[in-house]
Amino acid sequence: MIRARVLILPKRTVFDPQGEAVRHALGHFGLASVERVRVGKEIEIEIPGEGDQAKIRSQLETIARDFLANPVVEEFELHIEGLP
Amino acid sequence: MRWGVVVFPGSNCDRDCLFVLQRLLGQEGIAIWHDERHLPPVDAVVLPGGFSYGDYLRSGAIASLSPIMAEVGRAARSGLPVLGICNGFQILCEAGLLPGALLTNADGLFRCHPTRLRVESNCCLFTRGFASGELVQMPIAHGQGRYYADARTLDRLERSGSILFRYCDAHGEITREANPNGSLANIAGICNEEGNVVGLMPHPERACETLLASTDGLRLFGSLDSTPPKTEPGAFYAGSAAR
Repeated sequence: MIRARVLILPKRTVFDPQGEAVRHALGHFGLASVERVRVGKEIEIEIPGEGDQAKIRSQLETIARDFLANPVVEEFELHIEGLP
Repeated sequence: MRWGVVVFPGSNCDRDCLFVLQRLLGQEGIAIWHDERHLPPVDAVVLPGGFSYGDYLRSGAIASLSPIMAEVGRAARSGLPVLGICNGFQILCEAGLLPGALLTNADGLFRCHPTRLRVESNCCLFTRGFASGELVQMPIAHGQGRYYADARTLDRLERSGSILFRYCDAHGEITREANPNGSLANIAGICNEEGNVVGLMPHPERACETLLASTDGLRLFGSLDSTPPKTEPGAFYAGSAAR
């Protein structure tokens, strides 16, 4: 089984209202002076480990870059397990 | 004129657009299901508002991959007028037919109310019925309408006259208070450099009858065709009441 995880966060240059609301709420735990919180998403993709492995890697890279993340406002990391 | 209104799963303003085009402007309007692989012969395309695919992933992201969007993209690049309203604007940005992106409103609220707009340029197909600098009114209804583009893109939009509408106050001033969602430079609507692809967050189709407080939207749709509307604004409801 190939398992890809795509971690997506708003770029630091883009205002993130959700992150800002969470940052504000951290004060309730007594953690003051938090510089920044960014809220993003994690997408997990599972694929049977058959077929052309190089092609699957390249397809996953395209999907993460061109679809799952929007390069105008987001940054992403792609982690793939189960591929040589 | 013959308009095509694309219907995605989750579109909810497609019928309003067809009503305006057919009943108020007396033009031909057809609905086009998103799964179509060919665009029927039309003079213009509308991508209507709504919540295509439940706004999953990002607003407009999944709809931008619909089969019809490949055709709309091809036609737009050869000059077909394309109008994206609200979710349609988000889809155009996700499809790369317009620059930038639309993000969650700065205050996190779904904003649903009339807005005043200043027409920044009437050099585009869809705004030539207005005067530059004119103040108009159309309602917004969105949670993700904060226009964002990097500094270089914004500069290019400004210099090429591609910013069509900005949120303004009653005097036409572009103020922070008049900005409902935190959009960069109060941007409410833009076009591509060729001027045939337009996206805006306000809903012109909800501002087409006197009953709805503004008929400015009708002029936007009417801009594309020089022939005057066959029906006066408000006449349909007046007629209905008489029957």
